[in-house]
Amino acid sequence: MAVTVLIPTPLRGYVGGRDAVQVEATSVGELLERLAGEHAALRTHLFAEDGRLRSFVNVYVNDRDIRHLSQRETPVQPGDTVSIIPSIAGGTAVAADQPRLSHEEILRYSRHLILPDVGIEGQRKLKAARVLLVGAGGLGSPAALYLAAAGVGTIGLVDFDVVDQTNLQRQIIHGTSTVGRPKLESATERIRELNPNVRVETFETRLTSENALDIIRDFAIVADGTDNFPTRYLVNDACVLLGKPNVYGSIFRFEGQASVFYAKEGPCYRCLYAEPPPPGLVPSCAEGGVLGVLPGIIGSIQAMEAIKLILGAGESLIGRLLLFDALKLQFRELKLQKDPDCPVCGTHPTVTELIDYQAFCGIGAEPSYSGAEITAEELEAEWQKNPDLLVIDVRDPHEYQIVHIDGAVLIPLGELPTRLGEFDGHREIVTHCHHGARSLKALEILKGAGFSKVRSLRGGIDAWAVNVDPGMPRY
Amino acid sequence: MTLVLEPRHANAICRHGEADYPAEACGLIGGTVDGDRKVAVQLVPLANQRTATARKRYFIDPESFRRAQEKLDRDGLDVIGVYHSHPDHPAAPSAFDREHAWPWLSYVIVGIGRGRAAQLKSWTLSDDRAAFAEEPITFEERKIVWQ
Repeated sequence: MAVTVLIPTPLRGYVGGRDAVQVEATSVGELLERLAGEHAALRTHLFAEDGRLRSFVNVYVNDRDIRHLSQRETPVQPGDTVSIIPSIAGGTAVAADQPRLSHEEILRYSRHLILPDVGIEGQRKLKAARVLLVGAGGLGSPAALYLAAAGVGTIGLVDFDVVDQTNLQRQIIHGTSTVGRPKLESATERIRELNPNVRVETFETRLTSENALDIIRDFAIVADGTDNFPTRYLVNDACVLLGKPNVYGSIFRFEGQASVFYAKEGPCYRCLYAEPPPPGLVPSCAEGGVLGVLPGIIGSIQAMEAIKLILGAGESLIGRLLLFDALKLQFRELKLQKDPDCPVCGTHPTVTELIDYQAFCGIGAEPSYSGAEITAEELEAEWQKNPDLLVIDVRDPHEYQIVHIDGAVLIPLGELPTRLGEFDGHREIVTHCHHGARSLKALEILKGAGFSKVRSLRGGIDAWAVNVDPGMPRY
Repeated sequence: MTLVLEPRHANAICRHGEADYPAEACGLIGGTVDGDRKVAVQLVPLANQRTATARKRYFIDPESFRRAQEKLDRDGLDVIGVYHSHPDHPAAPSAFDREHAWPWLSYVIVGIGRGRAAQLKSWTLSDDRAAFAEEPITFEERKIVWQ
């Protein structure tokens, strides 16, 4: 009397269509060998290349899994029933679709490969991964460098700017030799130099409601390194609509934030900030300044979060907002809740396609300042003719210390409303700041207070340095 | 072979995929073999056991398979296939699907895009395990014969 082996439907074709066969054997190992010996086509389905039983092949002896007995050493006797039971696995995560690593890559990534949470499989996931960086600036620089060094196979970059001298204090992917060249060119060269295995896809354009979905669609993860609210909401909404995680970072002066907005699993940016702040309330880095190391820290956190998402390792920042204070050197964390009423990722979304983000953020129809502005050359000429002309510098005192126009009076914009009594309403007034934006606000304040002969210096002290006084440093 | 599904089966597979989105939904297909036709009679929806990574993996453990098989056996049916959903991916098997596949079974995959069922296709593994081939699906209402 032999052992009865029950054959599951998928394998019956290899044993003549029978649902059970008789095999003489004393152990499960011997039984399976005999079975595969008699029915050669069965072997590849039962055993992997290394001779081990395939992970999805389960063998039961009289209703007990051999994993809980003695595996393949489990004895069998005549009269026993051995069942081959499938377990079924699958899914979209594509272990073997992933590219193989060259010898050079194995050496390059050896410190990753020996990490249990990365290993060969993780490194291949990184190689297969596609991450889009919106902005190749302060945050995008360290993020791109670390993602490239880590072996992320494809990095997409969206930027339309050229490298400026003032970028170099923090945008470490660019260099002195690339000043004046497109940031995408500069960044691509640096990434190539760092890791030629990385494919760089560049989009030399401003991200807009028209192109965002098409650009983002082909990437698995987006890292937002933008410096303005319209683009931040645009990136958020596009990621929600496409079901992509958005690794967010932002910086201001000495403080930074980071999170992962992934609407499928947690809140999105709009759950946190439903509405943008009024225009002008939050200064940009160009207006407010930023400590150069800060984007290095926040951008690196973004790179780390992107890599964790790719690997499926650890706990991501989904549902958590990380707050970093560089001066106190403090990290704090806020728990974020998904807002069921969120207009884009809530239960009844009202935003189902990309909108006009300039308008949403209150930017757009710029008030007309025709006639209210004066160029640097005109100011110089008028000032010579009319020494009574009052030039008000509305920048902050520490900017005044960097450089100032001789004869200009320093009244920071914030103090202006309370110091209106200091000057004569009949004088010609010209306001100036760094680039010409704050001086327009000053102009509105003055006009609102009844001063009629007010103009603003177009292009600010920077234009003055370029066109009137080249001996003056620019900043 | 050809997989014969009733429209209600295809519908139920799509609804299961949508309900479990963004996780993967899975279940077994019970039926009979009629020449070169695998005729679906009954679906056995199962809980996806691979909960930690259910967005991109599904797993039917042997105990669940056994219970389903015993249940189908009482109705004179066999496991003829497996269905699962691919959230935000096409209805095509991944390499991971292929590495873990059984021969002969119909692997019905429904692609779910942003929570909505899109394509539904069936695939079978080649005998040498090298590839999945798309298997034709015939939609037929089952005739109930009163005797």
